[in-house]
Amino acid sequence: MYLQILNLNKHFSTQNGNLVVLKDINMNILEGEFICAVGASGSGKSTLLRQIAGLDSPTTGFVQIDGKKVTGPGPDRGMVFQHYTLYPWMTVQENTEFGLKLQGLNKKERREKASYYLTVVGLTKFSHSLPKELSGGMKQRVAIARALASEPKVLLMDEPFGALDIHTKESMHEFMLDLWQRTGITIFMITHDVEEAVFLSNRIYALGSRPGTVRKEISIHLPERNHAIKRESVFHDYRDELMDLLRQHGQEALVAAA
Amino acid sequence: MIQPIPSVKPSSNLKPTVFWRLAEDIPKPLSTGLMITSIAAPLLLWWLITTFGNIDPKFLPSPGRVLEAFGRLWSTRELLKDTVASLWRVGVGFFAAALCSIPVGILMGSFPSIRALFEPLFGLIRYMPAPAFIPLLILYLGVGEEPKITLIFMGVFFFNALMVMDTVKFVPKELIEATYMLGGNRWQTLREVIFPHVLPGIIDACRINLAAAWQLVIVSELIAATEGLGRRISVAGRFLKTDEIFVGLIVIGIIGLCFDLLFQYFLRVSCKWSSQKR
Repeated sequence: MYLQILNLNKHFSTQNGNLVVLKDINMNILEGEFICAVGASGSGKSTLLRQIAGLDSPTTGFVQIDGKKVTGPGPDRGMVFQHYTLYPWMTVQENTEFGLKLQGLNKKERREKASYYLTVVGLTKFSHSLPKELSGGMKQRVAIARALASEPKVLLMDEPFGALDIHTKESMHEFMLDLWQRTGITIFMITHDVEEAVFLSNRIYALGSRPGTVRKEISIHLPERNHAIKRESVFHDYRDELMDLLRQHGQEALVAAA
Repeated sequence: MIQPIPSVKPSSNLKPTVFWRLAEDIPKPLSTGLMITSIAAPLLLWWLITTFGNIDPKFLPSPGRVLEAFGRLWSTRELLKDTVASLWRVGVGFFAAALCSIPVGILMGSFPSIRALFEPLFGLIRYMPAPAFIPLLILYLGVGEEPKITLIFMGVFFFNALMVMDTVKFVPKELIEATYMLGGNRWQTLREVIFPHVLPGIIDACRINLAAAWQLVIVSELIAATEGLGRRISVAGRFLKTDEIFVGLIVIGIIGLCFDLLFQYFLRVSCKWSSQKR
């Protein structure tokens, strides 16, 4: 099972002519990898994610998952957004079951599957709470459980921790790594937070801005994945490399825009 | 001895206050007291003017006379008959209009194609005052119940459809896209996501339009009816029975308020998830 992006280009026609948002994107992701696409604003990373999700279609090129071309949205790609993710009138249990309900599973199957994934994300005690009673981190955990309940081939995440405070973010990072190790699911996450990307992923695509292109592909090898590693030089080296890469291309973009 | 610090400029331009708090809560006793005053003060004023002023009772009846008139009309069952007639008309007209306008409004709000088809027409008709249709309705439908109920239907349908349409635009796009990503198709999204999300907005639109319908029914009765609260006022006016006019007005006002409170209750009970305070 793997995710392939082939010669993907995305243009938007605007009042000022053709806007090239993504240019010649090529990516090959193996099953079970944790990939981050990192870029500054204007790098088209959200647009790229939407192409993979099928919420938008490329101008040229295509996305392929497990040999099948992506033509539209579907539960084989679980999606976690940054905001407004849960249905506010449904309980945590109902939210998690919802995808399965849409797909036609019966009550018993739905409940079992959803309960399992709620246990995986550690929110069984809150099954009957409404979203408004939950903290930001808990809401995102429910969103993750909901996406995982459909047992997707790949989990897509759009800056999922961007709205959280730094302490919640750190515990969510631990949670994500643990989840990944336990489920072995393929994860494609976009973020502008370089440290987050280095901490979580085993491979990073650094995206340049305006237009969005793949500047560099970096494999991350860290001896261990815990918060202490952030003080080590190996972590700093990766972080500095990425920051320099993004800064350089950010400046080029500013100059080009002027 | 320690000298007091000479007065310096205050640190804040915001003087403490209780009554004039802006968008902030006031103490509950004050709030309750003011609300009671809102009703009690005019009543008291009314009583004082009619007792101690030299006013012709035909001009402004005293609260006592109005209460007597209420007793009279109630015991002869005329008031009940009128109230039931008006309520029935508004009930049927409003219910039919709500039943039709809610789905239409949701469809218009969800599908730009349907909106483009209906919005120009609805937008135009909505500005035509419903009472102006009364002569036409009497011409087409006679003087029975039909023209009055049709009038209420028309007065509510277009406004309600447009208001319901507007509630749909507040459904976050991410919610709809999340539904697609969970395997939902458009019909499921409409039924399971858009509809529950807009329900509080729909109940609120109905609350507002019921108030309009209630006014409309009274107006239609002022013009052509054999019974009803509006008819009662019109007849009383012709015979200068101002006390009966007051009874009619007060009953109309109280019923309208009850409708409003009823809908506010529906809203609270059915939409606990909606974090908006009303």
